[in-house]
Amino acid sequence: MIHGILGIWNYWIVIILMMTGLFIVISRHNLVKKMVGLTIFQTSVFLFYISLGKVQGGTAPILTGYKNTLYSNPLPHVLILTAIVVGVATTALGLALILRIKNEYGTIEENEIASFNTEENSK
Amino acid sequence: MNDDPILRVCTKIIVGPIILFGLYVQFHGDYGPGGGFQAGVIVAAGFILHSLIFGLKEGRKLVSEKINLIIMILGVLLYGGVGLISLYFDTEYLNYSILAHEAKHGQHIGILLIEFGVGLTVAGVMLILFHLFSSWKGDSK
Amino acid sequence: MAEFFINGFLVFLLAVIAIVAIQSIKVFSTVMLAGAYSLISAIIFVSLDAVDVAFTEAAVGAGLSTVLYIAAMKHLPKREKVVNDNTFFALVVCLVVGCLLVWASFDLPQIGDPMAPIHQHVGPYYITNTKTDMGIPNLVTGVLASYRGYDTLGETVVIFTAGLGVLLLLGDGRNNRDENE
Repeated sequence: MIHGILGIWNYWIVIILMMTGLFIVISRHNLVKKMVGLTIFQTSVFLFYISLGKVQGGTAPILTGYKNTLYSNPLPHVLILTAIVVGVATTALGLALILRIKNEYGTIEENEIASFNTEENSK
Repeated sequence: MNDDPILRVCTKIIVGPIILFGLYVQFHGDYGPGGGFQAGVIVAAGFILHSLIFGLKEGRKLVSEKINLIIMILGVLLYGGVGLISLYFDTEYLNYSILAHEAKHGQHIGILLIEFGVGLTVAGVMLILFHLFSSWKGDSK
Repeated sequence: MAEFFINGFLVFLLAVIAIVAIQSIKVFSTVMLAGAYSLISAIIFVSLDAVDVAFTEAAVGAGLSTVLYIAAMKHLPKREKVVNDNTFFALVVCLVVGCLLVWASFDLPQIGDPMAPIHQHVGPYYITNTKTDMGIPNLVTGVLASYRGYDTLGETVVIFTAGLGVLLLLGDGRNNRDENE
């Protein structure tokens, strides 16, 4: 039973982190904070993939030269490796958009931007 | 721009080794942890440190915006070009076995080449991102 | 057993950082906490045998992405205006989705189980054949560059495109650029 809880403990933390990220994205109006929320969400997915790739008693997937060495699964590592770098590229694009929004509206609070738009429509 | 002499001297000492470490990570990626993605970021970090301490203008003297863009484009073209070479020799796109007399050797050369392409692109993009964010002032409205 | 506890402690630390990041009204400290969060997740990746991923996360997530955030924060307000108009709605959504996911997690394989479906598919093929196919010891590089070369080409183009996108968004109007700073 103890092993049962410990064996899926990582998944639960992943779920908590994922929901924390989602909570920030839904409830906060500050756009930079939303980006941080997305980053937290993203990292929780990375953690989930890497947890799946782990093999009990295995070692890092770099060939040691000894026979009968147990290696963790390299495939999730490859997928996540590229995802991290693409993640920072998309974060940069999002921040660039936020800078443009700040330039146009003078604020980065989402509700204020929304009220700007409705005022323009009602004119 | 920072006038603190300690920071300036330490930066001068440390930028070289950072870029050297980036190159080590780049070309040792087949044997240990590392590869194009990490190496690109580390090399870019070396240049970013230089720009942070000596100012963006000095940083652009080191790598001008034009050269920065060329580096970005060259990386993608190198990656795609290796694929075209294998097409030319009647194999599948990005099959590196044809690059040398022996399939295993060819694979090794192919991996080194495309990792270098990835490294160039990542380093170029990260450097240009930093410069764009730091030098942006906003439209004067 | 010890590695389970180390792992458990580190992921607990991650959760604490994430929750503090929600609480803080200073956007700047949220950004710095995001950097710390990335660094701790890099340590977790090492303990889960993903050395290449940990390397990337430490360099990119903790290093460069924090630098980009700070560079952008130069132009943005440092504090957020707290409006709690849909906190309750968000809490309900997160709790419901979270409970559903916890329910689903009981069907997932135990962490480290060598018989899990993920270890039966192409993973063993890569582990046994990388040495004979390309003769390099780092399996991650082998899979990344050769077996899944198309993926990596796509990712490289995505990064390139993101760089071009930021160049289009922030790079126009050369006269507006502050070159002396």
